[in-house]
Amino acid sequence: MPAGARASDPAAQAPVSGTTVDIRNFAFSPANLTVRVGTTVAWTNRDADAHTVVSTNGPLHSPTLNTGDTYKYTFAKAGSYSYLCSIHPFMVGTVVVTA
Amino acid sequence: MTGGQEGPGQDRPDQDSAARDSAARDQAARGHEQPAAGRGFSRRQLARHATWFGAAVALTVVGGEVTRHVVNDDHGDAATAGVAAAPDLRFVQISDSHLGFHGTANPDVTTSFQRAINQVNALPYRPDFVLHTGDISHLSTPAQFDQAKQMMSGLRTGMVYTVPGEHDSVDDGGRQYLATFGAGTRGQGWYSFDVRGVHFISLVNTFALEALGHLGTDQIDFVRKDVAGLSSDTPIVVFSHIPLFAMYPKWGWGTDDSATVLALLKRFSSVTCLNGHVHQLFTKREGNVTFHSATTTAYPLPHPGQAPAPTPQTLPPGKLAGALGIREVAYHPGNPALTVTDTRLA
Repeated sequence: MPAGARASDPAAQAPVSGTTVDIRNFAFSPANLTVRVGTTVAWTNRDADAHTVVSTNGPLHSPTLNTGDTYKYTFAKAGSYSYLCSIHPFMVGTVVVTA
Repeated sequence: MTGGQEGPGQDRPDQDSAARDSAARDQAARGHEQPAAGRGFSRRQLARHATWFGAAVALTVVGGEVTRHVVNDDHGDAATAGVAAAPDLRFVQISDSHLGFHGTANPDVTTSFQRAINQVNALPYRPDFVLHTGDISHLSTPAQFDQAKQMMSGLRTGMVYTVPGEHDSVDDGGRQYLATFGAGTRGQGWYSFDVRGVHFISLVNTFALEALGHLGTDQIDFVRKDVAGLSSDTPIVVFSHIPLFAMYPKWGWGTDDSATVLALLKRFSSVTCLNGHVHQLFTKREGNVTFHSATTTAYPLPHPGQAPAPTPQTLPPGKLAGALGIREVAYHPGNPALTVTDTRLA
């Protein structure tokens, strides 16, 4: 389960605000995103290869995203959500949801 | 394995040196494990190895001719059979076929896979079994699995074994894979079997993966019970998709709980781990265990750290086949080390 929001923590890489994540060149961009509770985030696959957005112990579970496909999820609870592409598990990202 | 300067095999041992390395390992292992064996016996065995490796290298260099010759003669080449003493166990490993992949790195993975199958069928012997170490499909669709199963049913061998890759459990936790290839397996698709004194263990480390491969306690318990009754001189061969050693954890090329399984195998004199996933040849020895990563039948990946991410590599025209290949594995009773010979696609 996601831990409580700790927006004051200085992240290793500066979190970016916004509501979209591009999947491009086998990477999530931005890899670290910060949004407020209730925000819908959209991941869009810009690669020729397929990808997914999956949090192993969390709520994110996209179908296989082919080129141009978009997966959306609305974050109803604050917390830190780590996810990966289950097809290419070296692709990882995080969404921090603040209250 | 490849002569291409740009190919992923650039820094890898070529066929000759791989064979020499194996021969050296065999010799060292024999000396260590069988001090009582007479020198003449050892020399004769080594001579047989040398002859066999010589034949294997010839097969690589003139693959096309040998292929045609053997295909035209169902009984095999008598001359070849005469000089190459038949080992007691021989099998073939193929890996990472990614049926359904579409990209510039290989626009036709189906034809590449068929060429690999043809190359297995053209070997001057019938392998005891053929093993596919995963990423059989690219996206785990029923059509991709059906195609793979149909194509592999054309393999000239006694048995086809598989382990799943992460591409074989996309979005369904491995259900489609298990429906296609899971008959007779235990738990989430793992199993073991014995062929002529060698104990084989097929592990699944892609169903519960996060950044790294993962085996889980159920599977580790399976291994513990599976090897409990085996004598320590039983040769053990372990199959998995993701390496059971830390080849490059930053790219997920390792298994987070593999040490627990390897500890269970520590008492055995010979343990060989064969994996796929990394789409390139790599061999490493740690204590009693030798790890061999296999290449792919689909497309190359970069060497560890030599690209921002392990993404499909598009080679210059004409170089792709040199990055793809099949692996022959042989076991001679009395010699605990397995002989591993990698051959590029002809």
